[in-house]
Amino acid sequence: MVTESAAAKRRTSTIIAMVLLVVLLALISLGVGPVRMSPLTVLKTLFGGGGNDVYRVIVQEIRLPRTILAVAIGAILGLSGAALQGLLRNPLASPSLFGAPQAAAFGAVLVIALGLADVRSYVLPGAAIIMAFLSVFALLVVAGRNAGLLILILAGLAISSLAGSATALAMNLSSNPFVALEIAFWLLGSLEDRSFRHVMLALPFITIGAIILMSQRNALRALSLGEETAQSLGVHVGSLRLIVILGVAFGVGGAVAVTGTIGFIGLIAPHLMRPLVGYDPARLLVPSALAGAALLLAADIAVRIIPSTSDIKVGVLTSLIGVPFFLYLIMRERRALGGGVG
Amino acid sequence: MMDAFLTAHKLSVTLAGREVLHDISLALPRQHLVALVGPNGAGKTTLLRALAGLLPARGAIHIGGDALSALSLRERAKRFGYLPQGHMVHWPLPARDIVALGRYPHGATDPARLSPTDEAAVERAMLATDVTQFSTRPATELSGGERSRVALARVLAVEAPVILADEPTAALDPRFQIEVMKNLRAAADSGILAIVVTHDLGLAARYADVVMVMQDGRLVAQGAPAEALSDDILANVFRVTAYRTGHEHRMIIVPWAGV
Repeated sequence: MVTESAAAKRRTSTIIAMVLLVVLLALISLGVGPVRMSPLTVLKTLFGGGGNDVYRVIVQEIRLPRTILAVAIGAILGLSGAALQGLLRNPLASPSLFGAPQAAAFGAVLVIALGLADVRSYVLPGAAIIMAFLSVFALLVVAGRNAGLLILILAGLAISSLAGSATALAMNLSSNPFVALEIAFWLLGSLEDRSFRHVMLALPFITIGAIILMSQRNALRALSLGEETAQSLGVHVGSLRLIVILGVAFGVGGAVAVTGTIGFIGLIAPHLMRPLVGYDPARLLVPSALAGAALLLAADIAVRIIPSTSDIKVGVLTSLIGVPFFLYLIMRERRALGGGVG
Repeated sequence: MMDAFLTAHKLSVTLAGREVLHDISLALPRQHLVALVGPNGAGKTTLLRALAGLLPARGAIHIGGDALSALSLRERAKRFGYLPQGHMVHWPLPARDIVALGRYPHGATDPARLSPTDEAAVERAMLATDVTQFSTRPATELSGGERSRVALARVLAVEAPVILADEPTAALDPRFQIEVMKNLRAAADSGILAIVVTHDLGLAARYADVVMVMQDGRLVAQGAPAEALSDDILANVFRVTAYRTGHEHRMIIVPWAGV
């Protein structure tokens, strides 16, 4: 079948192009900051050996963790978004719309506010993961099986509001003003001043989340035919749902624990990739992860380039771009939201 | 009758606190097309789901000598091709990929990497339902008739000994109703047990070997079309009279007036 191999070629070339884009953006990201370097200088500093010692310290010690985190977190957010959209068979699904990062942030904030751990402890991602899992689980319980778009989004809104209020309460009750300040900054979502300690804190969980989500790709494809048909084909839909939630919780929880809430990457990335690789939920996962990495790298480069008196947080930027995009999607999906056929 | 392949013994199903199937027992052989008819709400869809093991039921179901409850989900999937109402497809996947999902129970979880055996099964199914020309078209862009044939091809591709089809002819124009029934008839003739839910008594009488009549969650009649769709049963269950005649050695039955 000629056209089919054409589609497969298109997917392959898209993935290659996205990998190159991520590499290029990573090199730019390593070169951006008070001391600017061209991607070529960055390459030399990274792999050439010798050279300028100051440059090496800047690239390897200061900027490399930040760039690694941008790639890993962008990728897991894109992957989580694509997996959730596949699970709910719904192009408006994403972790941030369902309150998962907000809940994860609450888990982490609670730990800090109660003084249970400092910001570099493994207790932090642990709490974030548990809260992220509970939030998505609660969402699916509240919305019910086969829930429509509108119900999911309303339930997601409620859960993210609840998580936001709970976080505000924790800050409110926190006796130490410095703790409150630290929490506030961290909630805005940022990759600044992250060290390899942060990378070690997040990466294991992100990796576990990614492996869990990738393992379910074929079941997500079968789910395109609806839950009942998927079940009749041998997919255990109940466990699929739990496993995907678990994967999203690990990924998002691990990410939020070191960067705070960075929204909308998971919503946007799959949409950017569908025109290029098609709608198959299984084939969308890897491209969405790459698109997520590229988006977060680009956003994190932008916050360093945009001239401003104080630092713009990357989480603020992704929301500023993400919300209008979400509104555009709502406009496109109006018919489905209005209660018509999806 | 030949040896029963699919049997149910005292099957009961309770949904949301209400018993919707009561003590249904049946024994059906292969190489038969069975029409399952009954008024709205009689429990036809519930019976199909219960037979496929898609919802919890009391009683015993055996397929090919094995207890359904003892079979893994995947083993069940290999034995039942299940075609639900409405042929829902949530993403615009190419028609051929949808048919290829019929091979999922056989371990072919990726339509892009089918073994020659799986590929052959997909091709056979697409040929039988005449959908080969839609291979690369997104299923969501097909007409209702085309989509229902793709859905049927997906079920045929499972190559299961039993097909359970829930109103496969609903919302189809007359020509496609006939095409779909002919496909199912051909599947039955090739050795499959096909159980088809329908509201069309004419199609049931024309194509089925056995008609099962359901009312209020019970099986109230079962037999050859002429006996299961007798005037008494039509009056008592469907509350209609019927006009009967014959054509090409098949019974023609047309519901005529309410009673």
